[in-house]
Amino acid sequence: MIIQQISVFLENRTGTLAEVLATLLENNINVRAMSVAETADFGILRFIVNRPEEVEQVLRKAQFAVKITPVLTMILDDSPGSLLERIQALSGAGINIEYFYAFAVVGTEKARIVLKVDDLEHTQQLIGKYEEGQRQGEIEETADFYW
Amino acid sequence: MYWDNTIETMEHEQMQQLQAKRLRDVVEHIYRQVPFYRTRMQQEGLLPQDIATLADISKLPFMTKQDMRDNYPYGLFAVPPSEIVRIHASSGTTGKATVVGYTKRDLGIWSEVMARSLTAAGVTKQSFVQIAYGYGLFTGGLGLHYGAEMVGASVIPVSSGNTARQISLMRDFGTTALACTPSYALHIAETMCELGIDPKDTALKVGILGAEPWSDKMRREIETQLNIKTTDIYGLSEIIGPGVACECHEQQGLHINEDHFYPEIIDPETGQVLADGQKGELVLTTITKEGMPMIRYRTRDLTVLNRSTCGCGRKLVRMSKVLGRSDDMLIIRGVNVFPSQIESVLLGLGETSPHYQLIVDRQGHLDTLTVMVEVSETMFSDEVRRLEMLEKKIQTELASVLKVTAKVRLVAAKTLERSEGKAKRVIDNREI
Repeated sequence: MIIQQISVFLENRTGTLAEVLATLLENNINVRAMSVAETADFGILRFIVNRPEEVEQVLRKAQFAVKITPVLTMILDDSPGSLLERIQALSGAGINIEYFYAFAVVGTEKARIVLKVDDLEHTQQLIGKYEEGQRQGEIEETADFYW
Repeated sequence: MYWDNTIETMEHEQMQQLQAKRLRDVVEHIYRQVPFYRTRMQQEGLLPQDIATLADISKLPFMTKQDMRDNYPYGLFAVPPSEIVRIHASSGTTGKATVVGYTKRDLGIWSEVMARSLTAAGVTKQSFVQIAYGYGLFTGGLGLHYGAEMVGASVIPVSSGNTARQISLMRDFGTTALACTPSYALHIAETMCELGIDPKDTALKVGILGAEPWSDKMRREIETQLNIKTTDIYGLSEIIGPGVACECHEQQGLHINEDHFYPEIIDPETGQVLADGQKGELVLTTITKEGMPMIRYRTRDLTVLNRSTCGCGRKLVRMSKVLGRSDDMLIIRGVNVFPSQIESVLLGLGETSPHYQLIVDRQGHLDTLTVMVEVSETMFSDEVRRLEMLEKKIQTELASVLKVTAKVRLVAAKTLERSEGKAKRVIDNREI
C-alpha cells in the first residue's frame, strides 16, 4: 500500500527531537511509526500519522522544514525469512531501496515495514501478491489510521 | 641597509615634488586612455590640468572595487592589450573576480618595491627565500618571487600548502627567509614541534609575513617559536600586490613606497581626507603604473599614517599595521572573502537565497570557515543522501568561488540569529 510519510529536518543539537514531539503533542497527534536517520551534522525524522496533510501544516506553522513523501508499506509474518523473500523480489527487479524501517503491528503477531524505493509503482506491483495473501488474515485497526 | 638609498631616504619636500609630477602624469594618462575615468572626471567638471599640486588630488573621484566589477575584465586597462604582459585577479565582492593587468614596466616597478621590502626585512643576495604564498592568479607568490630574484637571493618557489614538505625543503635547502601568511608561519612552527624538529636547527633568520591581519602578540609567538625576526608586508592586487608597504627591522609600522603609491587617509563615512595621525581608511593612487592605474582607490583597510622619522633612517611615510576593515571583507588563510560571494553561491540553489551565517574560527593556527545554511523546504529531502549531496554541492561551489575551503553545515530553518529582522552574517571567533 502507498501511504504518505512526514519527514522533518533535525539539526544535530540537544533538544531538537523534543521540539518536534512537543509540537505533535500540543496538537494531539499520535504517531504510528517513526525512524531517525542521522549524519554527523543533522538528522531526518520520518514518521507515519493519520491525516498527514494536516500534520504537515501544523509542523510548517511551527517553522520546521517538513516534507511529505509517498512511501510503501507492507505487512510481514513474524517468521524467519519473510522480509528476505520480498527484498529479493525487489533486488531481482533492480529496485533500489533508499531506506526502510520496521515496527510491530498493535495487537497482532505481524510486523509492518515502511519502504522508500526509487520506483514506487513498480514495487507495489511486485509486492502486491504478498499483500493479497496477507489480507486473508485481516488486521483489525482503528479507522483513523491507515491500517 | 636600503635597496634604493635615494628614494628611501628622500626628504619629504623632494618626495612631494616627485609625487606631484607623477600624479599629473598618471591623471593625464588615465584621462586619455580610460573612457570610464574620463567620464567620471568630466562629471566633476575636471580636466587633467586641474590637478596641478598634490593637494588637488582631493578633487578627484574615488575608485572602488565596484568600478572594477563594472568594467570587468579589461575596462580599466589604460594600454592596448599588446602592452599587457601579466594578468592577476583577486576575489570580487560577488561572482566575478577583480582583474588587474601589468605592463613590462609595471612588473619592473613591482619587483623594485618588493626588492626594497625584502631588503628592509633583511634579505640579501646570500639569502635562500622560501616562498610559501600561493602562486597563480593571487599576487602573493609571484610578487615575492620576482622581488627576491631582483635582490639576487636564491628563490625556492614552493607555493602554499603541504607543511611537512615545506619543513623538509627548509632543512635540506638551508632556507634563511620564509615568506608566507603569519598564521601559516605559526602552523609551520607547530608542525615542526610535532615532528620533533627544533627550529633553532634550521638556518631560518627572517620571516616576511603578510596578506592577513596579525597582532604584536602573534608576532612575539612566531618570533619565539621559529627563532626569527619578522616583518609585516602589505599590498593588494588592485594597487600592485605585495610590496605597497613593508616594515623594517624597527617593526614600528610599514613604510609605504610612496614614490609609486600615494597614500591618503579618509573618513570612510564622509570621504573627507583626514590629517596624518588620524585613524581612517587608506586610499591609494598608483602614480607610476601604466597598465591599470588606480586613482584614489579605496582599499577599505583602516590604518594611521605616521610621518615621524624612523629609527631605520628611511623617510618613507609609515602606516600602522592594518587595524580593521571598513567593509565586511574577511581574510581567511590569507584569502579575501566577502559574505556577498557566499550569498551568490547560495542564491544559485533556488529562487531565493536561504539564510546563512559564517563562522570563522582559528583551529590551532589555521583559520576555518563554516557556512551555516538554514534548510528551506525546497532544499529539504527525506533522503540523507540528497541532503549530503546538497551539502557537497554547496561546498564545491564555495571552494571554486572563494578559493578557500569552507565547511557547510545545514541547520534547521529560522534558527540562525537575526538582529532586528536582519540576519547577523558573520561570527568571527578568531583572537588575533
